Amino acid sequence: MPKIPDSIIPAPLRKPAKPGQGGTSKDQAPTDLKTSPPERPSHVERLGDQAKDAPADVLAWVDQRTGATGFLTGMLYRKVPKGTNWFYTLGSATLFAFIAQAVTGVFLAMFYTPSTTQAYGSIAHINNEVPLGALVHGMHKWGASVMVILIFLHMGRTFFFGAYKYPRELNWVIGVVLLILTMLMAFSGYLLPFDQRSFWASIVGININGTGPIVGPYLSDFLRAGPELGATTLARFYAIHMLLVPGAIIALIGAHMYLVVKLGTTAPPWTKIDKPKIAVPVAQLDAGANGNGAAPANGAPPSA
Amino acid sequence: MTRRRAFTVAAQGLGGLAGAAIILPAVGFAVAPIFHRGKERWEAVGPVGDFVEDTYRQVVFTETEGIGDAGKTTAYVRRSSKQLEEEPGKFVAVSNRCAHLGCPVRFVEAAGNFICPCHGGVYDFQGKRIGGPPVRPLDQFQTRVRNGQVELGPRYSVTSQLEPVRARDPGEFTGGIWEYLYPPRPSTFPPP
Repeated sequence: MPKIPDSIIPAPLRKPAKPGQGGTSKDQAPTDLKTSPPERPSHVERLGDQAKDAPADVLAWVDQRTGATGFLTGMLYRKVPKGTNWFYTLGSATLFAFIAQAVTGVFLAMFYTPSTTQAYGSIAHINNEVPLGALVHGMHKWGASVMVILIFLHMGRTFFFGAYKYPRELNWVIGVVLLILTMLMAFSGYLLPFDQRSFWASIVGININGTGPIVGPYLSDFLRAGPELGATTLARFYAIHMLLVPGAIIALIGAHMYLVVKLGTTAPPWTKIDKPKIAVPVAQLDAGANGNGAAPANGAPPSA
Repeated sequence: MTRRRAFTVAAQGLGGLAGAAIILPAVGFAVAPIFHRGKERWEAVGPVGDFVEDTYRQVVFTETEGIGDAGKTTAYVRRSSKQLEEEPGKFVAVSNRCAHLGCPVRFVEAAGNFICPCHGGVYDFQGKRIGGPPVRPLDQFQTRVRNGQVELGPRYSVTSQLEPVRARDPGEFTGGIWEYLYPPRPSTFPPP
């Protein structure tokens, strides 16, 4: 191959000087491509460059120490099957409803008093006097129903698409526990406003659970913290509603999503299976029906 | 057993002990109310002369202290009836808590029945179930007379034959095998 003269090659593409051969000979690319010595950037310019690099530097610092890129790439760019459609967003929608409940709940707790004599007054205060209080309370109240509806739709999607089958049975089981915990959230949250409806609905709910033979009566006493619905019942429901069950839900959502990422999602049941690309039956090869360029190893044309 | 294995088991045992030292008291604290019986409470609801044999008088008194109006409950009180062959000289206090799911029943004078607004439970004059979903008669309260005043005490439930048993929650059957399937809770008082 004839050598192309350096003079017609753009400087950045020239072959660099060999190590140990300092300086620039006539035939070789210059080690320093600039003809004039570089101007030293001013102090301000250097600061500007550093400032531009700062966000990337911080991210790189975190990434080097956590290895987040690998994890996030695997999670966010994972393959989904052909035919994935809008029904697959119901799980994320349920998660979003839970996050909305958690956020509004935290802020409601700033104004709510879990005391039998003050609970009703504090809810009235939130609704009538706190700025945007009625909105945040309303989001929490209606969001509760939205979450229950979404979790059932998500469950229906999983059932009708057959997504509970091998190897995803454990994720179905975790999902059922999450459903029960969500119902427990809905039930324990119902008492907290402590108005007539909450009071009687909770009494009826506790009595329904008390009809379970043998353990029912004790479970009722546990929920009420005694033989009658009282001050400790409200405190107990408050603790269950905002500490115990949310913690369990967060942990189980983590497990639920880990399994989704690990096992992947299912294709809808109506999706056709792709033609096999790798495995071609030997009988087919012998018959000479190898339109895919599967030639014999010696390179000779197939002798049909 | 190797030395390594012995240390592993010992370390795990210590860890389990430390965990139990935290978990057990917390769980015990949460379930303790099941085994706690409150103080017996009696409250005067009116002079003896206020109550008659053939109809009820509605009284409101405190069943649970410390939670304001939410701790109050309603009872229907009358003298024991000769016509119904009840023990003479006593007072009968029927709870307004429906034996179905705990809604408040009302005594309807014209019908002589207790009627529940929630799911249509109906009880006769003595509180025995005559219709709807309730599983047993209405609960009653213990009664006594002190200084000319009728006083109401702890709640108790009754069987379908109006025999007193320990208080049960609404929805729970009483009498026969049900006394074992819905065992009496330690937090309730013995019946009279």
